[in-house]
Formats: sequence, structure tokens, C-alpha cells
Amino acid sequence: MLRIRKLPIIGFALFIIVFPWIAGTIPAIGNYPDLMIFAGIYCLITIGLSLLMGYAGQISLGQAAFYGIGAYVSAILTVHFGLSPWFCMVIGMLIASAVAVLVGVPSLKLRGHYLAMATLAFGIIVFIVFNEEIEWTGGPDGISGIPGLSLFGFEFDTVLKYYYLVWFLVFAAFIFTINVIQSRSGRALRAIHISEAASSAMGVNVSRFKIMVFVYSAILASLAGSLYAHYLNFINPSTFDLFFSIKLLIMIALGGMHEVWGAIVGAFLVTFLSFEWLHFFEEFEVIVYGIILLLVTIFLPHGLVGIPGIVKGWFRR
Amino acid sequence: MNETLTEHILEVEEVVMAFGGLMALINLNFQVKKGMIKAIIGPNGAGKTTLFNVITGTFPPTEGAVRFKRQSIERLKAHEIAKLGISRTFQTVELFTNMSVLENVMVGCHTRTRSSFIASGFRLPQVKRKEAQIRSKAMEVLEFIGLTDRSEESADSLPLGDRKILEIGRALATEPELVCLDEPAAGLNETETQAAADLIKRIKEKGITILLVEHDMKVVMDISDEIMVLNYGEKIAEGIPEEIQNNHKVIEAYLGGEEDYA
Ligand SMILES: Nc1ncnc2c1ncn2[C@@H]1O[C@H](COP(=O)(O)OP(=O)(O)OP(=O)(O)O)[C@@H](O)[C@H]1O
Ligand SMILES: [Mg+2]
Repeated sequence: MLRIRKLPIIGFALFIIVFPWIAGTIPAIGNYPDLMIFAGIYCLITIGLSLLMGYAGQISLGQAAFYGIGAYVSAILTVHFGLSPWFCMVIGMLIASAVAVLVGVPSLKLRGHYLAMATLAFGIIVFIVFNEEIEWTGGPDGISGIPGLSLFGFEFDTVLKYYYLVWFLVFAAFIFTINVIQSRSGRALRAIHISEAASSAMGVNVSRFKIMVFVYSAILASLAGSLYAHYLNFINPSTFDLFFSIKLLIMIALGGMHEVWGAIVGAFLVTFLSFEWLHFFEEFEVIVYGIILLLVTIFLPHGLVGIPGIVKGWFRR
Repeated sequence: MNETLTEHILEVEEVVMAFGGLMALINLNFQVKKGMIKAIIGPNGAGKTTLFNVITGTFPPTEGAVRFKRQSIERLKAHEIAKLGISRTFQTVELFTNMSVLENVMVGCHTRTRSSFIASGFRLPQVKRKEAQIRSKAMEVLEFIGLTDRSEESADSLPLGDRKILEIGRALATEPELVCLDEPAAGLNETETQAAADLIKRIKEKGITILLVEHDMKVVMDISDEIMVLNYGEKIAEGIPEEIQNNHKVIEAYLGGEEDYA
């Protein structure tokens, strides 16, 4: 029976809460809370992607586009129209959902990997729009002067405050997703992954569930994009390119696609790899990722979160 | 005879199923009486599975009508038909191999319960209540099919006999009025076959109508109330087991086939 244990979640939450203090006392990792904001932002996307890919078995190669939609909607509406950032965040999520329905409905009604193709094309188109609609998006130069976030006069204006905001949202998404997985909807999604024929014979409206989970993943990516824009106060298209979509896939493959925990482990690891540990590879970074991905798919088909299972297997023998 | 006994739960009228040039079903007409076990037999490629796919909405027929309790269903989607009360098993077992035995049956409860994606995400009290209901209903089904002790095992780990039984259980969890069983005894040994046949009889006792595709003639003759014989997509005979056993067309069709089913 699929039961996600509470204890590790509580332990992880405690770790996230105390981590900034630990990092504060060790100069070598003093910048880690800042990195963890990015890790958290990526976690939001990978949690949705893990439900979409790992559980429901649908492939999206365009998740960066939803991330970009969130970021650009927030940026454009706050900078050009002076609207409230929170309001823009919600608008971003609504637009991302609408776009997900438009892209998802035609491709998810068909069996097979049409969604992968459609989202690949969609990601490229959105990236072009970000570059070319200069009047609104600023083109390759991007948009600067995006306001920070504040709530009832409380400004999220330090790394620490933003860190807690982002991680609060990550935990909310994490728990929501875990609840879905352990429910009727979650079972339907996992059923679809294995057999669409059997699922629909059990009364599961297969295309409806596929679209729903795709929309959910788009909403989380859009939220992540808005958080990114309001944190950096500046965005440009290169953040939302095809390579980032691929990087997201690497995250969940590395962490493990069949458990939401994998999404978190993968997002962490790739964040630290790309910001800290793989710096000296520079343009060869892509190759390093390629090698990592290759090794993981061959030796750890269930990702890093699959390791405990493998170890247990050794002891049983 | 009593009026309710002779009521037709399923009516298939002039159904044609063409795959490109291949005619898998040709102007097929038949009815199924409520509460009966009706067997559909015929050589390999006769169109039996195709008929199940048409009835359960995998694909719509090229022509013709299918009525379930007087309602036309031939243009409905599979999940809508499941909701109306037709369930099925698959010739090549299609269990959810990523789930436990119990969870497989719980998916079967999907159509008789409501709880939205969002409500589940917030784990609202009514969602918890419904989960508990689904669980206990699924346990009842496991009890009925005799797999209670294996409820937490992975569906994948069961022997073939139990996988076939579990698939029947999963179909029962949808609370069907008609179940279509596609070769429930295929690949099973003698004891397992007997267990499957007994289970099918007990399903009938619950008042559920059964359409049975099966190559094991002993099972078919033992438990069916009526038999229909298909050959190259056409009905060549229909009647009670004794009539079918002595029908020369049937004997010919089978002798002409590659395998010996007697
Ligand atoms: N989806 C499909 N597309 C094309 N042809 C199909 C399809 N499904 C079945 N057929 C063809 O229709 C014919 C009937 O097949 P069907 O599977 O219904 O036979 P069957 O009576 O179930 O045989 P068996 O006893 O071997 O299970 C066969 O010639 C088969 O190749
Ligand atoms: Mg068949």
C-alpha cells in the first residue's frame, strides 16, 4: 500500500527551519540559504513534474515555458501596470492553466507521446515570444525593476525572509501533492500510467485526469516563475529556454521520478551542482549532466531515492 | 417465465466492426438475458475480444447499435459505460502492476465514489471518510474473491491464477450489472480453473449478468446458460450448451481451426 511516512517530512521541515542559522555560523556555506531559495523554486516545479511524469506517466518537455509565463506575467503586470504582485501571481497561474488546457487537450486525448512533442514545440514558441515581443518583454534584455514581495506591510526583503516564504510554499505544494497521491485521484493517475485501457474500464476519465495533472504542474511552475521574478527583480528569456526544461527532467530523473521525494532531492542536487560544484566545467556542464543522467538511468533507475531500497535488498539476501 | 427473468440487459444489433479492410464483426445480432451466464466461443481471431471492446467502449462499432438496459451505448466512452454498469477483464491480464492487490480493487471503486483533486489535496474530512469507505468496500471484494491475506502484496507478485481472480475482483468493485470476462481460465492449471469457474458461478448468484469468452470447453459447458458461437466475425450458432455441443457447424468450425478445443 502506498503510504508516505510523516516522520521524514517533519524532519525535513525542521532541517529547513534551522538551516539558515547553521549556515550563518559556517562562513564557507554562508551563501547557501540564497541557493536554497533557488532550490525551493525548482522544487515547486519538480513536484508538479513528478506527479505528471513519475505518477501519471506523461512527458512534458516544455515546463520552462510555464515557469517563464509565471515570471513574465508577474514582471509585466507589476512593472507596466503597477498591479499588486500577489494578484499578478494568481493571474500568472490562471494564464498558465489556460495555456496548459490549450496545449494539453489536443495532445492528451491521444495515446502515446504527443504531449512530449506538443510541449517541446510550445516551449520553443514561448521562448521566441519572450525574445521577440520586445515592447512587452524587453526582448533579450529582459525586464528589470520588478518589485519585491510584501504582505500587510511586511517586506520579504532579505534572503532569510524570502527563504522562509519560498519554503513555506514548497511545503504546501509538497503536502498537497502527497495528499493527492494517496487519494482516489492519485490512484487514478498511477493507474493511467500502467494501463489506459484498464483505467477507463474502471471508470477513470483518462483524458480528464491527464489534463488535470498537466494543469496542476503548469500552475506550480508558474508560481515558481513569479517567485523567481520577485526575488531577483530582473528576468530575461535565457532562464526559460529548452535547456532549463531538460534540466528539470534531469532533476526528477536524478532524484527519482516515482516518489515526490525524488523531485526534492533532484532539485537540490542540481541546484548545488550548477551553482556551486560544477562551475569549473563551464561550457562542459551540459556534458557532465549528460553523463550523470546516463549513469543514473543505467544504475539507479529509481533515482537517488531508490538507493535505500537497493541497500535493503542487499541485506535481505 | 417470469417477466424480469426474460428481460434483456444487453442488445447487440447489426453490429459491424471493420479494421480497414478486415471485417472483425459482421452484422452481429444477439441479446443477453439478465442474470445469465452467456458464453461466446469461437476459434482464434473470431472476433470475441473485438466484441468485448465494442461493448465496453474501447472503440465504437463501424455500424450498428449496442443497448444496455434499453439505452444506446455504442457512442459512449469506456469510462461512461463503466459508470452505467458494464465492467470487464482483459485477455492479457491488465492489472496495475505499480499497486498493491488492495489498491487495484480500490481503483475499481473509482466510478462509484466522488472526491475531487482539490478536495483530496487539502485532505478535507469528507475525503478521509470516503477513503475509509473505499478501503472497506475493497476489502469486502477481496474477501469475496478470497485474496484477503494478500491485500498488501504487489499485484505483480501474484501467481497467474490469482492475478486473473484479482482482475475479476477489480471489475466487481465497479458494482457492475454486466461483466465481460475475457478468457478467465486461460493459462490456468486445473485447480485454478476450478476456482475461477466457482467464482464466476458465485458472481452469477449475486444477480450479476456475465458474458464469458473462454476456450476451456469444460468450463463453458459447465457454467453457461447460453452459448453463442462466432466464426470469422459471424454468429454461426446460438443456444443452450447441449444444442451447441451437437451443432455440426460448430464442430466444423473448430475442426477447421488449428487447435483442438474439445
Ligand atoms: N485494434 C485492432 N486493429 C486491427 N485489427 C484488429 C484489432 N483488434 C482485433 N483485430 C483483428 O480482428 C480479428 C478478431 O480479433 P479478436 O482479438 O477479436 O479475436 P478473438 O476471437 O478474441 O481471438 P482469440 O481467441 O485469439 O483471443 C483478428 O483478425 C484481429 O487481428
Ligand atoms: Mg480474444
